[in-house]
Amino acid sequence: MKKLLTVSLLGLAMAAGNAQARDYDHVRFGVDVPYEPMEYRTPEGELTGFDIELGNALCEEIGVTCEWIEQEWDGIIPGLLSRKYDAIMSSMTINDERRATVLFSDPYITPPSAWFAPEEADIDEPSTENLDGLTIGVQRGTLQDNYVTDHYGDVADISRYSTADDMVLDMEAERLDIVFLDFPVGKSTLLDSEEREYKVVGEMITEPKEYFGDGFGIAFRPRDEALAERFNEALATLKENGTYDEIYQRYFEK
Amino acid sequence: MEPLNQWLAALLEGNVIFTPQTLGYYWTGLVTTAQLVFLSLLVGLVLAVPLAILRGSKHRWIKLPVYFYTYVFRGTPLLVQLYIIYYGVVFVDGIQQSMFWPILKEAFYPALIAFTLNTAAYTTEIFHGAIKATSRGEIEAARAYGMSQGLTMRRIILPSAFRRALPAYGNEVIFMLHASAIASVVTLMDITGAARFVYARYYAPFEAFIFAALIYLCLTFMILYFFRYLEKRLLAHLKPLNGT
Repeated sequence: MKKLLTVSLLGLAMAAGNAQARDYDHVRFGVDVPYEPMEYRTPEGELTGFDIELGNALCEEIGVTCEWIEQEWDGIIPGLLSRKYDAIMSSMTINDERRATVLFSDPYITPPSAWFAPEEADIDEPSTENLDGLTIGVQRGTLQDNYVTDHYGDVADISRYSTADDMVLDMEAERLDIVFLDFPVGKSTLLDSEEREYKVVGEMITEPKEYFGDGFGIAFRPRDEALAERFNEALATLKENGTYDEIYQRYFEK
Repeated sequence: MEPLNQWLAALLEGNVIFTPQTLGYYWTGLVTTAQLVFLSLLVGLVLAVPLAILRGSKHRWIKLPVYFYTYVFRGTPLLVQLYIIYYGVVFVDGIQQSMFWPILKEAFYPALIAFTLNTAAYTTEIFHGAIKATSRGEIEAARAYGMSQGLTMRRIILPSAFRRALPAYGNEVIFMLHASAIASVVTLMDITGAARFVYARYYAPFEAFIFAALIYLCLTFMILYFFRYLEKRLLAHLKPLNGT
């Protein structure tokens, strides 16, 4: 009797498991807006950006409809796990720490991180001595946050922001000495800014891999392997047929 | 210090989330929260006493501005006040060159200013209510003894008003502690800020926030205990003589 119960429970669990790994015909993406040029709103209020356009193109390729749900960065992985949306496409770097919790697609872009400071700042190289006593801005819970916290947490003041926007605002207000950001985001929010002149300090940073990972990927719940596979195939197709390059050029080679 | 460190290391062994580093964040968070709440309550209290007296003035031009101030600060969310003071001021032309900038530059002082103005507004109303509730008989008796208005205020009205305001003020202190949790939106690393950091880094909402909640509970317990002690001492005359 007990065995029968176990078997039937097992069967139930498996049936439930199957039902969860269903074939999606509608995919909800979690995204943290704004993060220009990856995801942001046009002055008309329309959601756009590299992630958004590529995501929509991928959905079209697969033949599913998709929807974008906004979520602040520091809660974006818990939101995926609690099924507020089915995937995260929000400039998320693939690294081991996150791999333990979510399933990643193949990387779709690999941008470096970079330090940005006002043009007139007399800092030319980010190092422990040079950053001593400065206020560094990062977005909370990003890999830049982890990197800065572990390397300069002892010498510098770290200000953590919920959104990249708040951080840029405080940079313009002269509350921050230097910020550490994904390069494309820093370029479009700071370098292209008309408020003040900014410069990139030191080299672009992509190492060490334990922090900077393997590029941006789409994150799924671990059990949605089939869905991730469909996105990987679609990504390969878009790269072959030129759609990817077309979107890339629109956002990065202006 | 050394045995404490060893004991801590042994206790934390194998714990991924609560490392000495994250506990350090919680500790600085506790210090920041305590400083913010204590200082804002202290300054707020000092401001509130004269404001409460002015609030009860017979002259309209003294009474109305104070009423307007308490109305605005009690009528808007503290979060909005904090945003205005922290992000709003940077749009004032030339503020970066002014003498106030070294203070407004730090996240701590804008938060302290917002909290102080907020708690002063509430405390003013609490004291005003208590002053108004002073029994006429006491005031008349004081006048009959020839006390001036100022002396009556100082010797008769204020002491009894403070006692009457004590339970309500104790609540205000606890509310202020809980309201201080929004300090983390302006990058301050208070207890909630530490919890948000741990949450974002380890994707562990339960551990991060329950630990923060426990710290707040402990603080609340201490405040409650302190006010109960004060009430026992200061309101002793209100208890039945042979009562339990």
